[in-house]
Amino acid sequence: MVYFGDVKPIKGKIHIKKDQCKGCAFCVEYCPKDVLEMSEEFNVKGYHPPFVKDEDACLYCQLCETICPEFAIFVTIKEEEEEGEKGESRP
Amino acid sequence: MKKEDRLESKNPMEGFLRMDRIPHIWCPGCGIGTVVTSFTEALKKSKLDLDKVAVVSGIGCTGRVAGYVKLDSFHTTHGRAVPFATGLKLANPDLKVVVFSGDGDIFGIGGNHFIHAARRNMDILIICVNNFNYAMTGGQVAATTPMEANASTAPYGNFEFAFSLPYLAEAAGATYVARWTSLHLRRVTKSIQEALAKPGFSLIEVITPCVTLYARRNRLGDGLNLLKYYYDKSVIEHGADTRTLDISYQGKLVVGKFVDKEKPTFLDRMNEHMTKILGDKYVKYGE
Amino acid sequence: MKKVKVDPKGVLTGSHYIDGDYAIAEGGLAAGCRFFAGYPITPSTETAERFSERIPHVGGVFIQMEDELGSIAAMIGAVWGGKKTMTVTSGPGFSLMMENIGLACMMEIPLVIANVQRGGPSTGLPTLTGQQDMMQAKWGSHGDYEIIALSPDSPQECFDLTIEAFNLSETYRVPVFVMTDECVGHMHEKVVIPPAEEIEVVERKWYEGPKDKYLPYKLDKDGIPFMVKAGDGYRFHTTGLTRDERGYPVINAECQSVVVPHLVDKIINNADKIIMLEEDEIDGAEIVVISYGITSRVAIRAVQQARKAGIKVGTLRLKTVWPFPEKRIKQLARKIKAFVVPEINYGQIVLEVERCAAGKAPAFHVPHCGGWVHDPNDILKVIKEAAK
Ligand SMILES: Cc1ncc(C[n+]2csc(CCOP(=O)(O)OP(=O)(O)O)c2C)c(N)n1
Ligand code: SF4
Ligand code: SF4
Ligand code: SF4
Ligand SMILES: [Mg+2]
Repeated sequence: MVYFGDVKPIKGKIHIKKDQCKGCAFCVEYCPKDVLEMSEEFNVKGYHPPFVKDEDACLYCQLCETICPEFAIFVTIKEEEEEGEKGESRP
Repeated sequence: MKKEDRLESKNPMEGFLRMDRIPHIWCPGCGIGTVVTSFTEALKKSKLDLDKVAVVSGIGCTGRVAGYVKLDSFHTTHGRAVPFATGLKLANPDLKVVVFSGDGDIFGIGGNHFIHAARRNMDILIICVNNFNYAMTGGQVAATTPMEANASTAPYGNFEFAFSLPYLAEAAGATYVARWTSLHLRRVTKSIQEALAKPGFSLIEVITPCVTLYARRNRLGDGLNLLKYYYDKSVIEHGADTRTLDISYQGKLVVGKFVDKEKPTFLDRMNEHMTKILGDKYVKYGE
Repeated sequence: MKKVKVDPKGVLTGSHYIDGDYAIAEGGLAAGCRFFAGYPITPSTETAERFSERIPHVGGVFIQMEDELGSIAAMIGAVWGGKKTMTVTSGPGFSLMMENIGLACMMEIPLVIANVQRGGPSTGLPTLTGQQDMMQAKWGSHGDYEIIALSPDSPQECFDLTIEAFNLSETYRVPVFVMTDECVGHMHEKVVIPPAEEIEVVERKWYEGPKDKYLPYKLDKDGIPFMVKAGDGYRFHTTGLTRDERGYPVINAECQSVVVPHLVDKIINNADKIIMLEEDEIDGAEIVVISYGITSRVAIRAVQQARKAGIKVGTLRLKTVWPFPEKRIKQLARKIKAFVVPEINYGQIVLEVERCAAGKAPAFHVPHCGGWVHDPNDILKVIKEAAK
C-alpha cells in the first residue's frame, strides 16, 4: 500500500509500434498531458506516426492505448528503482 | 534493461489479437479498431476463460473483427451472424458467444434474425458498430442512415425513416441494451463487461466513425473530427425511454444503458418447460 | 475414418409403419443428430414435427428458426459447437439455403439437408410431387464446389440413406442432401430400425494433436482436414473467404487455386467409394432406364411391360445422384442402344446422362412437369421408341 505523502506518482513508459500506426492522431489529441505529438517522419506504410515529446508528463492513464484503432501504442509502468516494486525495502 | 526489452516487445493486445494479421484492413481514422480494444479490455476485466469465448461476425468492415481476435472466431455470411451464433451457443452452452458486426449486417439484411434471437432471449451478446452506412461496399444508405444524410445510393439525401436500434432491441425482448459512441472508451468497456456477465440477449450499439465514406460524403471531416463530433453530440441518459432514441442527422445522440433486466434464456425456458411437461422422461440439455 | 457405435437413445429399434418424412427424422436421430434447426414447409414438415417430438427424450435441441436462412446458419454454427445436425425443407426453403450451403462447402462442414421435393417453380405445387431441384442441389450456390446427393425411393431407404448421408458428410466434411420427393415423403410403409448395436456411424474427424499446432484446413493424408469444436482451446478462425491452412483469408488467385480444386477433388476423387447404384438385368440390355426416387418405382411397371414385349431392358437406379456415376454411364453407353431417363422435371439428370454418354448412345428423356408421377405407359412408349 502506498500512502499519501509517500506517493511517487506512477509514471508511464510509452511504446509506439511505428510501422503499425496509420497516423490518425487520436492518441495525440486525447492524451490529457500532451505527451505525444505527430512526427514529420514516414513509417513503412507512408503514415506519420506520433513521437513522445514529454514522457515525464505521462500519467500512465493508458488512454492512448485504448483509443488507438491500430493497436500501435501502449504504455507500461516506468520503474525508476527496481526494488521499489519488490517491497522488501519497505517495512 | 532486460525487463524493458520484454515489455517493449510485448504488446498487451497479444493475448487477445492475432498479431500475425495486424495491421488490419481498416482505414486510418476508422473507429472499429477502438471498439475492438474496448472489447478486449472488457474481456480482460471479465476474467472469463478466453477458451470459452467465441466471436461471430457477418460481412462488412466490422465483419472483419472475427478475423483479428484470438478466440474461436467465425467470419460467416452477410446477415447470418446471429443465427450462426444461435446454433453455436445451443450446441455448446458452455460458450460465451459474442456477435461483432455492422449495422447493415445485423439490422439490414439480418434484421429478422436479430428480432427473433431477442424474442427467444438467446444467450448471446451483440456488439453492433453503427457507422450509419454500408461501408464495406462503398457507403450505401442503410437502415440506420439518419434522414437527410447522404449516401452513395442516396445522393440527394436519405428520405427513409431509420431504425432506432435500442428501441427495436427492447421491443423484441433484449434484456440488456446500451448505446455509446466509440469515444466513450471506458463506458463501452463497462457495458460489454456487464453484458458478458449477464445471461440473455444483449445489444451494445457503438456509434463509430466511418471516416472514408460516411464522414467524407457528409462533410464531417476526418476521423478525429467525427469522433469528437459524435462525442460532443452525445448526452448520457441512463434508463432513457427507448422510444425516444431516434437519431437525427445533426441532432443529439442519447447514449447510456437503457435496459438491464432479468429473464430466463432460451435454454432455461426449454429445460424448465420440458421438465414440467415431461418430468423424468425429459433428458435435460446442456447441464 | 473411424466408425463408432451409435448412442442407443436415438435408435427406435423395431418395425414401424411410418412415412418417409418420419423415417428421415428417425434416420437422423439414429445417426446421432442432436441438433435440428428448421422451418416448416410442405411436404417436409413432418420430419421437423417428428424430431421436435422425439428430441426431448433423446437429449438435444430442436429449434424452429425464423426462416431457412437462419436454419442453415444455425446448423453451421452448431457443427462448430460440436454437434451433428440436420434440417429438412422443400423447394422454396432449399432456394433460401443456397448461400450458406456455399459457406458450408467453404468451411467444410458436415451436415445433412433433406429436400422433400415438390413441384415448382416458385410456390408451385406445395402438396404435390416433383423432382425439379436435382440440378439446384448440384449447382445452386455460387462458385465451384462439390456436394453429395442421395435419393431414396422408399421410407425404409429414407431411414437408411439419412444415416448414410451423415456418414458421408462426416467422412468428406461436406453437406449431403437427401433428395426425396413428396410421394416418398408421404408414403407409409414398413420401416425396420435395427438394434443400436448393429448401427455403426462415422465419427467426426477430431483433431488430437497439440493445441498450438492446429491448422483448420491442413489436409490429412486422406485429403480431409481435421475438425475441432469451439470452446476446446484451439482459438481457431474460419471464414467463407478464400483461406489458407490457418483459416485466415487470403484473397488471391494462388490461394484460390488450392482451395477450389481441393473442395472439388475431395469428392470427385472418391466418387467410386461414394456412389451407390442399384442395377437390374443390365447385362445384355439394349435399353437402360435410369431413374431415381419415386420415379424408379413407377418405371418398374413400364420396364416389365417392355420386357414382356421382348425388349431387353435393364434398369439403373441412382441411390447417389451427385457425384454423378460418370464412369458407369460411359461404360454402358458403349454397350447399349439407348438410355431412357424418366424424371419429374423437364430435363435435368438426363443432361448428365447425355454428357457422360458423349454421343455413344442417345438418352431419351421422359419429362413430367410435376404434380403426379408418370403414367408408366408414357415411359413404355419412350422405351419402345428408343428400342426401334
Ligand atoms: C448476400 C450479400 N449481399 C450483399 C453483400 C455485399 N456486402 C458486403 S458488406 C455489405 C454491407 C456491410 O455493411 P455493415 O454491416 O453496416 O458493415 P460496415 O462495412 O459498415 O462495417 C454488403 C452489402 C454480401 N456480401 N452478401
Ligand atoms: S498514458 Fe495517458 S498520459 Fe501517458 S501518453 Fe498515454 S494518454 Fe498520455
Ligand atoms: S492513435 Fe494509433 S494509429 Fe493513431 S496516430 Fe496514435 S499510434 Fe498512430
Ligand atoms: S470504409 Fe469506413 S468503416 Fe470501413 S474501414 Fe474505412 S472508415 Fe472504417
Ligand atoms: Mg455499417
